[in-house]
Amino acid sequence: MAHAAPHSDSPHHPALAHHFDNLAQQQEAASLGMWVFLLTEILFFGGLFLVYTIYRAWYPDAFASASHHLDIPLGTVNTAVLIGSSLTMAMAVHAAQLNSRRGIMLFIVLTMILGGVFLGIKGVEYSHKFHEHLIPGPHFAYAEAEFFRPAQLFFSLYFIMTGLHAIHMIIGIGLMIWMLVWTYKGIIGDGYFSPVEVVGLYWHFVDIVWIFLFPLLYLIGRHATGH
Amino acid sequence: MAPEFPAHHYLNNGYGIKSWLLTRDHKRIALLYLAAVTFFFFVGGAFAVLIRLDLATPPGDFVSDDTYNQLFTMHGVVMVFFFLIPAIPAILGNFLVPLMIGAKDLAFPKLNLLSWYIYMLGGLMGVYVLLTGGLDTGWTMYAPFSTRYSTTRVVPAALAVFVTGFSSILTGLNFIVTIHRMRAPGMTWFKMPLFLWSTYATSVINILGTPVIAITALLVAVERLFRFGFFDPALGGDPVLFQHLFWFYSHPAVYIMILPAMGVISELVAAFCRKPVFGYSFVAFSSLGIAVLGFLVWGHHMFVAGQSVYAAMVFSMLSFLVAIPSAIKVFNWTATMYKGSISWQTPMLYAIGFIGLFTIGGLTGLFLASIGVNVHVTDTYFIIAHFHYIMVGGTIMGYLGGLHYWWPKISGRLYPDGLSKLSALIIFVGFNLTFFPQFILGYLGMPRRYHAYPPEFQVLNVLSSAGASILAVGYLLPMFYFAWSLRYGKPAGANPWGASGLEWETTSPPPTENFSVTPTVTASPYNYPSPVVKHVA
Repeated sequence: MAHAAPHSDSPHHPALAHHFDNLAQQQEAASLGMWVFLLTEILFFGGLFLVYTIYRAWYPDAFASASHHLDIPLGTVNTAVLIGSSLTMAMAVHAAQLNSRRGIMLFIVLTMILGGVFLGIKGVEYSHKFHEHLIPGPHFAYAEAEFFRPAQLFFSLYFIMTGLHAIHMIIGIGLMIWMLVWTYKGIIGDGYFSPVEVVGLYWHFVDIVWIFLFPLLYLIGRHATGH
Repeated sequence: MAPEFPAHHYLNNGYGIKSWLLTRDHKRIALLYLAAVTFFFFVGGAFAVLIRLDLATPPGDFVSDDTYNQLFTMHGVVMVFFFLIPAIPAILGNFLVPLMIGAKDLAFPKLNLLSWYIYMLGGLMGVYVLLTGGLDTGWTMYAPFSTRYSTTRVVPAALAVFVTGFSSILTGLNFIVTIHRMRAPGMTWFKMPLFLWSTYATSVINILGTPVIAITALLVAVERLFRFGFFDPALGGDPVLFQHLFWFYSHPAVYIMILPAMGVISELVAAFCRKPVFGYSFVAFSSLGIAVLGFLVWGHHMFVAGQSVYAAMVFSMLSFLVAIPSAIKVFNWTATMYKGSISWQTPMLYAIGFIGLFTIGGLTGLFLASIGVNVHVTDTYFIIAHFHYIMVGGTIMGYLGGLHYWWPKISGRLYPDGLSKLSALIIFVGFNLTFFPQFILGYLGMPRRYHAYPPEFQVLNVLSSAGASILAVGYLLPMFYFAWSLRYGKPAGANPWGASGLEWETTSPPPTENFSVTPTVTASPYNYPSPVVKHVA
């Protein structure tokens, strides 16, 4: 594919879809579309945070007790890994703005590796919970009998919230593979980079969800019990 | 000179099955929705017919108790999620949004097609539920009955709702971005037709409300499948929390259904009174007002569910407030008609029907917002009558009125005039005969969702069932004459109504790219000559 390095305002840019006047309009539309989608996502997770808030207000002691069964060192490492992945994603967007295909691919691969590490650690945590019978349902077992039901609520929320978060990460990694292919093929570049920017927005959002999940699930009730 | 059919238009731009199933043309996608949504309308209607047959006699001898539970559940689920919510936005909205703003297509054409496939996937899941055991929880799917006790197909039904929701979300997203970014030169916000304001407000509700029902449906499915506790008291959960989450979406969903219809009515009233809509900016902002206030009133569905008295009082007051923007619309349509040059075309008959029926539905909504009356008629036929006046008398009237108004644009042909007026009349009569007796039944104490009733209620029930059969005829007629007109209707010409608006400036049917030259907008959307005012001195 021969590129005449067309300017991004050109009405003949190869990435320009037929129904837009120019590439700037197309990129603005893509970016606004992702912001609107993230609003939807906020309400989607918002429902879960509401359920969490109500039950935590009702059963503060049980939630504190159940929270102590989560692995803080692993959660902390994962938080650092995810924040690092947001940095590499920001670098990928930066490289895209500079039209550096190599830079885009390098930083997207790094972001994917960090995302993979996060999911791996999450998997280790899940398997620990499985062995400790902390998966809600018929096999759920909890040492402090008076907290049995609310602790089960806590773990129901823990698994649905972190599980949906993990699914969002897997989707994000899928989107990054797509970006790699498009960058490799040369669709992205020459002033057209909004797909990378939009995937970046999505990834930062997923990251921010974790920034809320980590303290709300792992770090509650520390001052009350002296840990 | 008789209008001629254009040589090239979006309908003859490709004929194969692939040219439809892989299309990215918003107009063709609108027609894909038209086919699918019409199918579900008649499926939902068939359940209604069976319900009314059963209620024709007091003992409930036509179907078994369990079957009856499934009939009203499936009627509700199909009509709400697969007909009322997508009908106007996905069909008329898809067709008209780019045309009305002078764009070539929606901002994300592939996403638009994807929305249709997601809708079809949700629809197929719904059909799967129907064929493999149905659902008997009521369309509200209240926990813990749905998550523990029901023996029907709750999980696939909840997932069908989850999936279908994403179709509305993506359509709403597409409209919002399109309206922000794709307007033709000169098309400022206050030069937009009011249909777009209401479509925009609807899209905002879709973006903010639908994800909440999605997560709620998911939690129901997870609780039922894995015994994770969220709502079931036996697992430590709270069933009232389910109701809060459910109605946080499902009350705004009423506005998802009615707002687009209100937008249609604004267009119809202006076109057939040949006057600009009275108080344009009030009507425009009232749509946004309804969208915002609509999110703050869900508690009026829960006056008897054990919420606090103070919460109930606040929700009651807020529910009264929603009446204000709704009334602004009704008054402004009426003021538009005042001294207008009214022509009694079929769409206008629907518009007038809408205004009357919506007013009754809206005013009875105020009865229900009053806590005392609400407690008296909760879960009776009064509720059923009220919301059918809004959804059937409102949304379906608006939908059919809009479909008649824009049919010449969609198909390029005229439908039979006399027959369409007759069917509008049949629908109006059938509708009132079906649902007005239900107000009385409810007030006298007949509960909803029961299929046996004391003999003294039979006269009113028979009236209602008779009305339903008339209504069914009224709904079948348009399907036949629209299909007939596709082949035999006279060519409509670009602007058969002499109406104002960009969609009437292109050919009927429009070319695939909508406009041969991107239009530049200078006039208001309702550019009708101001009526000659005669001063009688």
